[in-house]
Amino acid sequence: MHMSDQKIIGFMKQRYIAAALSVVLIAVSVFSLATKGLSLGLDFTGGALVELQYEETADLNEIRGQIEELGHPGASVIYFGSDRDVQIRFQTDDPQRGDTVAKAIEAGSTQDTEVQRISYVGPQIGDELANDGGLGLLFALGVVMLYVAMRFQFKFSVGAVAALIHDVIIVLGVFSFFQLDFDLTVLAAVLAVIGYSLNDTIVVADRIRENFRMIRSDDARELIDISLTQTFERTLITSLTTLLVLLALFFVGGEMIHNFATALIIGIVIGTYSSIYVAANVLLLMHISREDLLPPVVEKEGEELDELP
Amino acid sequence: MNKFPMWKYLLVLFALTLGVVYSLPNIYAPDPAIQISGASLTYAPDGAIQSKVTSTLDELGIAHFGEELSDTSLLVRLENQDDQMRARREIEAALGDNYVVAVNLAPTTPAWLQSMGARPMNLGLDLAGGVHFLLEVDTQKVVRDSIDSLESQLKKALRENNLRGVTVRAGADAMRISAKTDDLRDEVSRLIRRDMPELEMRRSEEGGSYVINATLTEQFLKEKEDYAVNQNLTTLRNRVNEIGVAEPLVQRQGRNRIVVQLPGIQEASDAKKILGKTANLEFRLEAERESLVSMRERFDFRSELDQRRFGGAELERSVLVYGRNVVNARATFDQQTSQPQVSITLDSEGATRMNHGTRDNIGRRMGVLFIEYKPVTRIIKGENGEDVEKVEQVAEKKIISLATIQAALGKNFVITGLDSPAEASELALLLRSGALAAPMTYVEERTIGPSLGAENIALGVKSVQLGLALVLLFMLVYYKVFGIAANIALAVNLMLLVAIMSMIGATLTLPGIAGIVLTVGMAVDANVLIFSRIREELKNGVPNQSAIKAGFDRAVVTITDANLTTLIVAVILYAIGSGPVKGFAVTLAVGILTSMFTAILGTRALINLIYGGRTVKKLWI
Repeated sequence: MHMSDQKIIGFMKQRYIAAALSVVLIAVSVFSLATKGLSLGLDFTGGALVELQYEETADLNEIRGQIEELGHPGASVIYFGSDRDVQIRFQTDDPQRGDTVAKAIEAGSTQDTEVQRISYVGPQIGDELANDGGLGLLFALGVVMLYVAMRFQFKFSVGAVAALIHDVIIVLGVFSFFQLDFDLTVLAAVLAVIGYSLNDTIVVADRIRENFRMIRSDDARELIDISLTQTFERTLITSLTTLLVLLALFFVGGEMIHNFATALIIGIVIGTYSSIYVAANVLLLMHISREDLLPPVVEKEGEELDELP
Repeated sequence: MNKFPMWKYLLVLFALTLGVVYSLPNIYAPDPAIQISGASLTYAPDGAIQSKVTSTLDELGIAHFGEELSDTSLLVRLENQDDQMRARREIEAALGDNYVVAVNLAPTTPAWLQSMGARPMNLGLDLAGGVHFLLEVDTQKVVRDSIDSLESQLKKALRENNLRGVTVRAGADAMRISAKTDDLRDEVSRLIRRDMPELEMRRSEEGGSYVINATLTEQFLKEKEDYAVNQNLTTLRNRVNEIGVAEPLVQRQGRNRIVVQLPGIQEASDAKKILGKTANLEFRLEAERESLVSMRERFDFRSELDQRRFGGAELERSVLVYGRNVVNARATFDQQTSQPQVSITLDSEGATRMNHGTRDNIGRRMGVLFIEYKPVTRIIKGENGEDVEKVEQVAEKKIISLATIQAALGKNFVITGLDSPAEASELALLLRSGALAAPMTYVEERTIGPSLGAENIALGVKSVQLGLALVLLFMLVYYKVFGIAANIALAVNLMLLVAIMSMIGATLTLPGIAGIVLTVGMAVDANVLIFSRIREELKNGVPNQSAIKAGFDRAVVTITDANLTTLIVAVILYAIGSGPVKGFAVTLAVGILTSMFTAILGTRALINLIYGGRTVKKLWI
């Protein structure tokens, strides 16, 4: 390895500012999640959802009136994508109710309408999904922590998981703060954010490990700065290309995929930041040293240890 | 330096060819079509139906072509998508209730591609339109039934063994047996251990009596549940096949749920009518001439031929064995006479009852009643005098078999004297498919209109195109010649992804398209890693060829690490997710694998072809 003449960016100089920023973001997110909660979609709450397309601009107040007459005063009636598309959501335990309501509204409307979508989700499904989703998140974090600990070192796995938790909480926080609809696709997006952010963190970790072994220096901060600088170009470009396609999804992907794209965009911006400032910060905090990263010496006879590259 | 051995080039070429062949069917747009099938086996569409359908379409001025008549269904392709719904309505009206008419998309894959097993990806409901149901099997009912039958079995055993002073009370999922003395309890528990291995016992003393709390063992419960769910699954499959949609999906999900997806069906209530057509069986003895009128009941035969021949029959009111006791029924042949017959297997409860019922009645006849619950929509006057649609289940009981008992029957027996193998298989199907082992409730129901599906496809394709174009442009500007290599690799990657998804028969959903778009963005990551490594090496003064080699070699480790972790997440997503999340996970996982292949091997092959084995003055990177 040759020392490069590249100017090293002092990422870690700002680490206290970054840490403060992360703490503030997480505090706000947790506060919002605790007070406002998530605006859960039909998948989680259960109930019925009807989507109708009208010939011309639909009159929401008129539809609200119709719905109230049908005996669902608490129903939410909103435009979905355009002012011709209307989404109606209400609580019910009757699988047939969505059908009935859709037919009644169509019949009572002065305009021609077309049913786009009718969904019914039973109450047991919603609870289960929420449980499975939460469990899946925890499980994913656990497996990742284990894998990184095995493949790298314990301190790295703490850093990686801290970065992931940081990202997930902030994405959820944004969804809670702005009360964006949180449905199954958004859950998938959050899990994809874990994958993406992890990808970033691993690339950085990989370089840190390499540099700790290659460069004879005891200054952990400098070594981390070198590693971050070397991977910075790649981090930016990958985030950029991914953001490009996500923006395409966000703007032309349609209403059903909108929140999915939103979650990923937030996640990728936060994930890029966290792979630099959270994961590396935790490593410094835990006093990462050369000794942590040298290939382990085989002590016991016959015991085989992973040959690290 | 930087030359591949021949086999690596060939490997890349091989993957490329496979990719082209298996992704190709997806670019042939399917034809809108109408599919007609019989409401039961007796009504398979034939030439007469075909000409009726075509003349109906001709009268309406709907352009059609390429009729395909198979054993069970007729497919008619339409020129124009907009005619589809109208054509379906009109054909339905023309053919009447004996036929089921569904809209469908007929693939147009050329024959040479089909011969290689290439076919387009299945479209999920959010893209094709259709209905989706999630049904929950009420396994508690199964448990209750088991407890009830064990209770009567135990009471009988107590009587037969002259054990007095024992009371048995059955609850929802357990039995409480209290005995007057400890010895008595010991005897009861010996009896249970010997004859009812499906019960687990716990002893306690309460208020002077000696109590056994008997519960079903976990293993027995699981077996019962599995049996109930699987039986319902088979029944649902048979009913769904009657609807005749193109790619129906009937699948178990989790411990006690069943997913049913019917693309092309527009009315959830229609589909529910067919799924809800619960049928059951009753085995009853034929009534004796001298028996009381109140003990017998008259029924018609299901087959019109038999009905004309015999004009119905009288059966006893009491039921010997129910449909839920039928474990299996198969159409077979008598080994000596080669006559068609139906072999029936009963469960142990059914076998005992059948044996008791038949051993003293040899020579009499036994009838099998087929009970169909048909939902009938009636218009009734509501509270305010308005018309309200009300769906009611009406039972229709007809005799499907009336045969003379020739010996005491048990677990396995046969029904002979059938006219043809076809009659035997129809009877076997009825015996087998009639019953639901446990009731089911709808826990999820989704209907997606056809126009929303088409719109979703259009939007999905548009976002893939736009996203791809942006990334291609960026890579070209930023990495020049290497960017071209990366772009070709990316295009190949996308093709391989589509090819593999088509090959494994994955279903494309809207989140799946999102997964593809995301893969496009992330797939370049591997190349970016490699290229920035090469740039770094060059900056460090490493000669061009060595820089390429070092860049690839060093980056591979990082790429593998990073992608493996993402793959773990994709697998977890697949394991815990349902429907849309699963679709996304599959695309993500396949995308990771193909992108590793194309970035590491594909790009390398290209770069080697461009720069390998010669002196290069300047690398355009």
